[in-house]
Amino acid sequence: MRIINQKPSRSLALFLGILPFIALVVTYAIASHYRRLDNPADKLLPSIEQMMATFYRFAFVPDRRSGDLLLWTDTLDSLLRLGAGIAIATLLALIIGIAIGFIPVVRSALAPFLASFSLIPPITVLPILFIIFGLGEVSKIALIVFGTAPIMMRSTAQAVMDIPREMIIKAETLGASVWQMLMRLVIPQTMPKLISAIRLALVPGWIFLISAEAIASTSGLGYRVFLVRRYLAMDVILPYVIWITLLAFLIDRLLLALSIRIFPWHHLEGESL
Amino acid sequence: MSAQDTLISAQNIEKYYDQVPVLERINIDVEKGAFCTIVGASGCGKSTFLRMLLSQELPTRGQILLDGEKLPDEPTADRGIVFQKYSVFPHLTVEGNLLLSQEFDAAPLTGKLFGNAKKAALDKVNETLDKIGLSAARDKFPSQLSGGMQQRLAIAQALLKEPKILLLDEPFGALDPGIRLDMHELLLALWQDLNMTIFMVTHDLNEAFKLGTRMLVFDKIRHDPHAPNAYGATITYDLNIASCTQSNSQDAEMYFAKAPNSTEET
Repeated sequence: MRIINQKPSRSLALFLGILPFIALVVTYAIASHYRRLDNPADKLLPSIEQMMATFYRFAFVPDRRSGDLLLWTDTLDSLLRLGAGIAIATLLALIIGIAIGFIPVVRSALAPFLASFSLIPPITVLPILFIIFGLGEVSKIALIVFGTAPIMMRSTAQAVMDIPREMIIKAETLGASVWQMLMRLVIPQTMPKLISAIRLALVPGWIFLISAEAIASTSGLGYRVFLVRRYLAMDVILPYVIWITLLAFLIDRLLLALSIRIFPWHHLEGESL
Repeated sequence: MSAQDTLISAQNIEKYYDQVPVLERINIDVEKGAFCTIVGASGCGKSTFLRMLLSQELPTRGQILLDGEKLPDEPTADRGIVFQKYSVFPHLTVEGNLLLSQEFDAAPLTGKLFGNAKKAALDKVNETLDKIGLSAARDKFPSQLSGGMQQRLAIAQALLKEPKILLLDEPFGALDPGIRLDMHELLLALWQDLNMTIFMVTHDLNEAFKLGTRMLVFDKIRHDPHAPNAYGATITYDLNIASCTQSNSQDAEMYFAKAPNSTEET
């Protein structure tokens, strides 16, 4: 049988899925082992046990200076920033994106501006944000909004424009006002695509979060990673990177599950990644 | 036909797309209660005519009167529509689709009914569900239904709003022949029940003869070999099928036999 027609069984699929992860861990363990044979105090590739011990210390042993459980305070601070930024961006996408997609006058007024605005590299406005909002939380959240809202607004507007014209007309012939069409047709049909947009926006969202924290912050996952860089503390950095990845993965899966739960009709056809 | 019976009156309609005429010299009065089938070759403007009846498109010249008044410039509730595709809302269940027009009427702010108001609205929906045989599928989403069921739902949804005219744009074009026959029966029954006026664009000449009381044939009759786009199509036959004699129906059949690329694409 041709390879394109060979479908792996469930257990084989699971095994194949895990394989690259195992390969990575094994490769790391071997490399780390040989480096530490040469120099037991090697900092670059610490042993897995050492990383787990460090991770345990960050998660469950209060910090000597502040008395905080650093992993959790870092995680909470970062997620609050990311959540606030993404929430504001989502709200903007919902209001401005839908207005651009649904109302031609608004589209004419805002679409060209938005298209230009979204091309500004967000990180270049970080100094401006620092100057205007200071080094506090606002500028970090603003950077996330700046980096994610334009693309979310554009994809939401596109999602509205992708609603077949026939459906809008049908709603008109059923006596719907513009507001009712928004409430019963446009927003419901756009929501699952807005969730997809959030999932995609989280990728740059994390980048801008970590960048802002690396540059000016006193807490957060990005702050921690860049702080311990000075001491070549790979035993902190690597677990933090894995932790951040895990958080990003879980948030993504959560949003997908939410979408399937609330908008089952959207997921009836085809597989979704 | 007296003037009072005229529901739709198209007067000197012309339609141009970028200076290219698509339709010209369309003059027709259609009486209340007619089942008007519209046939013609692909690209001869029959769907354009239907879209103008819906105000989805506006005539370049001329005007269309509904009950003696000029049609509004946008689709309104007095004209119902069923398209070949995308006629029902994929995010609503069968029941939700049928509730929608009542909800638009009763809830200007939320567009949604709750509690007792919803129960009352559901009574009307239940009756319709029985009539179109979709009671068992009431909680399904449209994509879980067959094509025929989706179109039945679309027709019922449009009719619940009780429009003055029902417009059908090749509603059965994508259905199997057997399903089509069922749909014909349903549509004829509803038409007789509700005393509706129907315009239906179709590719299928048999369908047009079987369902219609009146058949409009659209075709390009004027040709300029040096400027193929110089003239648009118009209504070349206006057959009263209800009193259709053998000869003029044969006329029409022969007419279509001569034009191999017209109609009968099924």
